[in-house]
Amino acid sequence: MEFGLDKPLVDIQNLTFRRGERVIYDDMSMQFQRGKVTAIMGPSGIGKTTLLRLIGGQLKPDSGKILFEGADIPSLNRQELYQARKKMSMLFQSGALFTEMSVFDNVAFPIREHTRLPEAIIRTMVLMKLEAVGLRGARDLMPAELSGGMARRAALARAIALDPQLIMYDEPFAGQDPISMGVIVRLIRSLNDALGLTSIVVSHDVAEVMSIADYVYVVAERRVIGHGTPEQLRQHESPLVQQFLQGQADGPVPFHFKAADYATELMELSR
Amino acid sequence: MLKQIQQLGANTLGTLQGLGRATLMLFGALWGRPRPLKNWHLYMKQIYVVGVLSLLIILVSGLFIGMVLALQGYTVLAKFGAEQMLGPLVALSLLRELGPVVTALLFAGRAGSALTAEIGLMKATEQLSSMEMMAVDPLRRVIAPRFWAGVISMPLLALIFNAVGILGGHLVGVDWLGVDGGGYWSAMQANVDFQQDVVNGVIKSIVFAFVVTVIALHKGFDAVPTSEGISQATTQTVVTASLAVLGFDFVLTAVMFGG
Repeated sequence: MEFGLDKPLVDIQNLTFRRGERVIYDDMSMQFQRGKVTAIMGPSGIGKTTLLRLIGGQLKPDSGKILFEGADIPSLNRQELYQARKKMSMLFQSGALFTEMSVFDNVAFPIREHTRLPEAIIRTMVLMKLEAVGLRGARDLMPAELSGGMARRAALARAIALDPQLIMYDEPFAGQDPISMGVIVRLIRSLNDALGLTSIVVSHDVAEVMSIADYVYVVAERRVIGHGTPEQLRQHESPLVQQFLQGQADGPVPFHFKAADYATELMELSR
Repeated sequence: MLKQIQQLGANTLGTLQGLGRATLMLFGALWGRPRPLKNWHLYMKQIYVVGVLSLLIILVSGLFIGMVLALQGYTVLAKFGAEQMLGPLVALSLLRELGPVVTALLFAGRAGSALTAEIGLMKATEQLSSMEMMAVDPLRRVIAPRFWAGVISMPLLALIFNAVGILGGHLVGVDWLGVDGGGYWSAMQANVDFQQDVVNGVIKSIVFAFVVTVIALHKGFDAVPTSEGISQATTQTVVTASLAVLGFDFVLTAVMFGG
């Protein structure tokens, strides 16, 4: 399909998504420009991972459009969806490496599944991807033998194995020590620029995100509460955005989960 | 009272929904052009894991059940002076009932629980999701090879179980208790009908294989992706599959041998 390069690669329009009674997103729109690192930040539990699954077509929205290269993901049939997924890739929080395969076979997995390349070429491709994440020497290890940071890098090598256009990172910094955090921050930026990827990073690690993102959306309370370049966001006038960026415990996003009146509930016990 | 009726309704609906999801899963796994050539190593690996690794428990159980059958059968038959009927007794019990049923029960405990736990953990660790995002259908890649491995392995295991059981019966009846060896085999030959007994036993075994494997795969695929969810799913696999096997066995026996 012909599609203008100036248009965003992923375009979410008026997305509404409910889980049971609970509204996760209400009429939300965002755009992800080609070749950029776009970050989605927000407190835990607002469904940031859900958003990635919506883009990947693993969940269907209640209403709204999710355009990937101009095609509306939720309305694709199964075969079209699988074709679209070959152009995107997702790095799961846990890495999600296949535990019964070595690192090498994990990275080779998508190549073997989707191409009929000879084993020698696959080997070269896998070694190149592993070199890019610095794990060429660890190719014979099993996932259980890797540290958390290494597992995530191995998963990253697997995610870029087929040179996708879009890569989605689900909480790539969570639970990492400072060194592996630094490594991953650098990798996201350098892979994005070197491979001409479009990256979506979902995270709540403010400092890391602000350092690599070209554009940031802050999501809370079922909608986008602020967006802009990191510089623009720092100047943002919304108290919600400022609360999040500065990590204040209480503010417009309340410390307490929605509950009945405290005094009334305590009195109920004595009744 | 009203609450109990509600609960009953909810349970029934839950069961029906589960059946629907299991059917959809199976349909998704088996629909379309099978590619056994491309994925033959996956099928081989699963047949090894599910079938070959179950051999030990099947061999030992078969041997002992055959020996016990001969021992018990002999005491009763000897009262009527009908020891030479020990061969048919052991063979018919095994071929018609014990072979398929006990194999299925052992298979549910040995291989079924492992399948559920494996798939449940793959789900919990997002391996299935990540496969989906790599445009590889987990139903085809993970579920289908395990399904076929189960359906192929179990009837073969049941046949092995029968053979070993009959040898066990020989060991006790002929070698220990002194029943005539020629009589053991010739009475068996005269009384066991290939179509009626052997083929029907194999048919039973194929049905059980289908039931146990589908239950095991579905419980794993449908498991709540937490440690508690997986432990529950594994237990449910063994319980549900065992009960289903006994239920189906009654129905099949009534159809095959009831008239």
